Amino acid sequence: MPKPYETIFILTPVLSDEQTKEAVNSYKKLLKELNAKIVHEESWGLKKLAYQIKKKNTGYYHLFQIEAPGESIAHLETAYKRDERVLRYLTVHLDKYALQYAERRKGKLANKKVERKEETPA
Amino acid sequence: MAVITNDKGEIRYLNPPVLEVDRDKYCRFKKMRMKHIDYKDPDFLMRFMNEQGKILPRRLTGTSVKYQRKVSQAVKRARHLALMTFVGDMLK
Repeated sequence: MPKPYETIFILTPVLSDEQTKEAVNSYKKLLKELNAKIVHEESWGLKKLAYQIKKKNTGYYHLFQIEAPGESIAHLETAYKRDERVLRYLTVHLDKYALQYAERRKGKLANKKVERKEETPA
Repeated sequence: MAVITNDKGEIRYLNPPVLEVDRDKYCRFKKMRMKHIDYKDPDFLMRFMNEQGKILPRRLTGTSVKYQRKVSQAVKRARHLALMTFVGDMLK
């Protein structure tokens, strides 16, 4: 029985754009292998960290909203732990209110994208 | 402030003294019907912190127990992800 989760990780800023994409894709592949369905995906890009982690001041944030069987989360987190490219990670279970919130957030983000698209030609 | 004394010896003020009005506290989550507190929004969570980045107590913010727990959980998650600092100075 799959459950809704939200997983977010921070990659080192040392990686090139290609390497970052590769890292993200490797996690997408892993999620597929673990029978997890990606509901939503967000890339926040390079962000300033509030404090230093491993002597780094910035990090590349990436978020997945997934529906995955509970046992797969342990596998995902061991993969994060073994990966030296990952500075930090967090996986949380989403309750029904969090799901509602996530839906609204998605709507807002979609609206923003539409606005931007409308702005660019003008 | 201008002070006059009347013939009975009572002190009277020309301007009514301004006292701090105790406004009733309320839980903003109950009022706004917010059921979920997002850890990905550090700007919002800053409202529940002091300048050093400490979580403000319930007795100051008026948040109900149920939502104070969620606030503290969200703040701790945000700190873990380096969206907020553990310690700071002059954050506001």
